[in-house]
Amino acid sequence: MSKERIQISEALYDIMPSDYQDLVKSATYGKEDRGWKDIGTSKELIEQHSLCAGCPESMAFRYILASLPNPEDTVMVGSTGCTSLVFPMVAVHNIHSLFGNQNAIASGLKRALSVRFPGRVKDVVVLAGDGATVDIGLDMTLQAWFRQEKFTTICFDNELYANTGGQESGLMQKGFVAKMAPVGKLFDKVRLPEIARESGCHYVVNCTVSKPSLVEKVIRNAVHVAREIGPTYLQLYTPCILEIGKNSMEGLQEMRDSEKPTERFAYKEYISEPAKQLLAELAAKDKERKAAAKQLAGQASA
Amino acid sequence: MSDYRVLPGPEHFLPPAAASMGISLPNPGEAHINGVITSEDKAYEEAARQFLMAKVPTIFPGPLVLWAWNEKAAKKATAVRHLFNTLKECVQPGQKPMLIPMPDYRPKYPKINPEVEINPNHPNLTIWHNKIDCCMFIGVHCHQANLSLKIIRGGTSCYTIAMCAQAGHEDAMLSFRDASVEKIMRLADTVKRLKGTVQPRLTSAKNGASS
Repeated sequence: MSKERIQISEALYDIMPSDYQDLVKSATYGKEDRGWKDIGTSKELIEQHSLCAGCPESMAFRYILASLPNPEDTVMVGSTGCTSLVFPMVAVHNIHSLFGNQNAIASGLKRALSVRFPGRVKDVVVLAGDGATVDIGLDMTLQAWFRQEKFTTICFDNELYANTGGQESGLMQKGFVAKMAPVGKLFDKVRLPEIARESGCHYVVNCTVSKPSLVEKVIRNAVHVAREIGPTYLQLYTPCILEIGKNSMEGLQEMRDSEKPTERFAYKEYISEPAKQLLAELAAKDKERKAAAKQLAGQASA
Repeated sequence: MSDYRVLPGPEHFLPPAAASMGISLPNPGEAHINGVITSEDKAYEEAARQFLMAKVPTIFPGPLVLWAWNEKAAKKATAVRHLFNTLKECVQPGQKPMLIPMPDYRPKYPKINPEVEINPNHPNLTIWHNKIDCCMFIGVHCHQANLSLKIIRGGTSCYTIAMCAQAGHEDAMLSFRDASVEKIMRLADTVKRLKGTVQPRLTSAKNGASS
């Protein structure tokens, strides 16, 4: 798939539902500097979703889909959980894996795509919840990192099993009492960002999705580093407002409260030396491109 | 040879896969009608007759023709439009031909709009809503076509035709194989030729698809 192929047959254009016509006309496939600011002025790659009202996961989805650098040549791999309710509405190729084996699927997929399309950049992005990433699929998650598989793993961390009623997960914070975990968690939240760093990830970030510009930056960095160097990992706090007893409009504040410097989602970043070098090169190129565009605009107005 | 026949339903909630009942696919140059292997010539006649008899004859183009993946897909789309236009010219007052797309296979929950599209995961919704009593699938990947054909046979009385680009579909009531622009055009020509010779079932008790 590439954006040139996202064209409707002329003879049947008029019968296509308007959301598909809009995708072809105004989605940001192929746009070099696509990002969250396109939301509202272009067709989003998520049509609608069946998540709860006010769910921070839906915000995260919108920001991520707006920020992927190469959506027309990206395949996302999902797993069981709230995220699997959203993927059917997403206009990016995606695969639903069995619960927990998303990183194994992504490993094979990335290798197969490299063989099948040797001359083309094909990104693979895993997006799964904390149950799939840290509990049921920890083996597959870690093994993919040990093998230096070149794809990005994103964990939507809501600190419990949300759509089955609130059971304890490895990423739940110590002492938290959930509907299906009445005793309260007895041990600490698994420190997966640190484990990711030690397991060979070249770019690791732990943050919330309260700031779209930050989400855009970390997604772009993670995908570029995974493409060129090796595995990357993003742990994004997307609280389940229902399971922590909040109202629909309180998700954003919950994330802001949890990202304060002493809290568990204070911004944390690890970048390996090769990744630092790559990101510096990309930033320099970006600066050059913007300067050239500015100069061109100046000449045009003169 | 199997005694089982692939007939309009509603068969039951989960109809058996026709292949499991002993229905086999046609060889190149052949087609099948109700699970019985026949010549392509006979299949063109029968498909055209079914279209002209139906109250709401409908074509469901799938992603392989709706999207211009390559030149061939765009040409097939033009042929599908020609077939639809021919059908419109050839039906009698009271008949309502439709052209409804299946743009992709995402299970669109909580609902689709059955007036403007069909989805392979619940095609019966579009059949019921528009009272479609004869339909033809074209440009739908085989697995999704089989899924749709079985659901339609299970829950509706709609007559199904498959214009398949591969080896055909046992689960359709009538199936062509190796679909090409020429075959679609030939079906359009047959519809044109039979214009006025077939009595539409506008007044029969089986108008529209039942649930």
